[in-house]
Amino acid sequence: MITAKHIRVLLAKPGLDGHDQGAKIVVRAMMNAGFEVIYTGLRQTPEQITRIALQEDVDVIALSSMAGSHLPFCRKLRPLLEAAGLGDKLWMIGGNLPAQDHEELRRLGFVGIFPTGSRLDDITQYVREKVQ
Amino acid sequence: MNKPVRDAMKAIFNESGIEIKPLYTATDVESSGGVTMVGEPGAYPFTRGIHRLMYRKQPWTMRQYAGFGNPHETNKRFRYLIANGNTGLNVAFDLPTQCGMDSDDPIAEGEVGRVGMSVDTLRDFEIAFDGIDLAKITVSLTINGAAAILIAMYLALAEKRGYDLKQLRGTAQNDILKEFIGRGTWIYPVEPSIKLVGDTIEYCAQHAPKYTPVSVCGYHIRESGATPAQEMAYAFCIAKAYADEALKRGLHIDEFAGRLSYNFNIFGNIFEQVCKFRAGRGLWAKIMKEEYGAENPGSMWMRMIAAGGGGGLTFEQPEVNIVRGAYYALISALSGTQTMALCSFDEAYTIPTEYSARISLRTMQLLIEEMGLTETVDPLAGSYYVETLTNQMRRKMEEIMAETDAEGGIVKLISEGLVQSKVSAQAYQMQRDIESGKFRKVGVNCYRNEKEDEHPIEFHPYADDDARVQIESLNRVREERDADAVAAALTQLRGDADAGRNVMPALMRAVKAYATVGEMTQELVKVYGRYREPVRF
Repeated sequence: MITAKHIRVLLAKPGLDGHDQGAKIVVRAMMNAGFEVIYTGLRQTPEQITRIALQEDVDVIALSSMAGSHLPFCRKLRPLLEAAGLGDKLWMIGGNLPAQDHEELRRLGFVGIFPTGSRLDDITQYVREKVQ
Repeated sequence: MNKPVRDAMKAIFNESGIEIKPLYTATDVESSGGVTMVGEPGAYPFTRGIHRLMYRKQPWTMRQYAGFGNPHETNKRFRYLIANGNTGLNVAFDLPTQCGMDSDDPIAEGEVGRVGMSVDTLRDFEIAFDGIDLAKITVSLTINGAAAILIAMYLALAEKRGYDLKQLRGTAQNDILKEFIGRGTWIYPVEPSIKLVGDTIEYCAQHAPKYTPVSVCGYHIRESGATPAQEMAYAFCIAKAYADEALKRGLHIDEFAGRLSYNFNIFGNIFEQVCKFRAGRGLWAKIMKEEYGAENPGSMWMRMIAAGGGGGLTFEQPEVNIVRGAYYALISALSGTQTMALCSFDEAYTIPTEYSARISLRTMQLLIEEMGLTETVDPLAGSYYVETLTNQMRRKMEEIMAETDAEGGIVKLISEGLVQSKVSAQAYQMQRDIESGKFRKVGVNCYRNEKEDEHPIEFHPYADDDARVQIESLNRVREERDADAVAAALTQLRGDADAGRNVMPALMRAVKAYATVGEMTQELVKVYGRYREPVRF
């Protein structure tokens, strides 16, 4: 199979949320889709996520949030990513994300939104389309 | 197409990997090991229940999980639940508290009071449990990484309010090993974390002998992707690791084993679940008696909360979760649990409202008042199917435990991230099976609604103001307390930790001086360091 581009994804668990079952499932789905995935593990600060995204030269910055602090976290992360010149990367977020928060997440730059109930192939397909 | 084509002769396996036959007879019971492990309720090996009369004498405790915002808000919810028939409390703490941080820690911003109640000092416990009789309502603290601190805080509160610690009942989750597999509120590395669990067991055995310092959780391992048989087998391996730690302190097994308890999950196939519990009870009794030489029957009891079921509930058609919850409660009742709690139907979305929490309570009350579930002990016993499957589940658990030991033991496997990797691979496969329709979930991959957007879900509001109030209150405590007493207690804490002594006496001193959760954690981190998560796929 010829892939046009080798896709590199940073998948991070922001904040103190310890629910990582879903994040790890998505990591496996992405690896099986042929992406190179850097999984951060739990408890990442906005600064850490920005630093790893820079160091690893990723195409995609994806967050998994299950414990409700996605909006305050994304508000803190956005200026750091922009200042680091990562504004042109694909920003995604998945997890427990109430529908009423989606517009605000999009406004903050997290355009790929995959709430609970999303299908794995839809996530990987989305990444392929946006990054290629 | 929604309706599956049935092939009656196609092999069916339960989640634990045991083949399920279309019919069971006495021959199956015999060939699976007979009835030697069945016995009578209240007698070794306790397969049928740890008490002779079970619910006939006392129905299960109903202990809905609750806590949010600051201690004032949580106190109101506690009182509401008690007024509606909750017979125990199960306290949810916010993530900063669970991770050992104060509410004004910059990393805690946005998380204070969000998924549970925020606790910084003993003052918060005084508020949260105000007006609640700790001798009548037993309190379970769902706390792990910061458990030693919060147990000290609870004991100090009880002491301050005049209760005799020798009579005090209650439970702390305090199962750190499973936090490394799932749930993730670890703080220190694996070895000192186990040492801290040992400290709490030892301290409680000596000072609060009726308090349950550990509730070993298969629950979250199951949520992370384990099968029912793995859930129980890994929990037993973990419980043995804690027992071994306590034995190193020179305690006799009968001095503490009776105060170990369990927390298991209840979603899935009804018969597999019920047999899991019956099998587990017999196996744990056998382990305690034969491997550990326990003589006191209480040491052999697999006391438990069989609860939750979160992993089985669905985001789609959430109102159907009320029905799922009712079946899970039935499983729990048939399993002979001591305590029950149910995830509420809206928990895939939000913290339960008073309304949804009340429905969960009513679900459990229905079983007691209308459905006859408390009249007869272990009513499924003697069924060819149930006894066969109980034998098979027990053998499966024994195999998993033997395998775990052969691979170097549970502590090593967790430290290296190998258990995590195994269950997460299974969770991935399960997700694929659900998406492909191989593993059927109503409303998810069959019987879907045409439109999936109108739900009767009321979101629990997060009040930024609660955090502000909490931080103000924390600052007031910092100003009012005796700074020298705090400093002296923290110095003792660090010294005791450094010398490898039991840190509970120093923690008791520190909480009474109103040291904060963050301050105490920092002292311990200086000695123990912080856990680094092994990432393996």
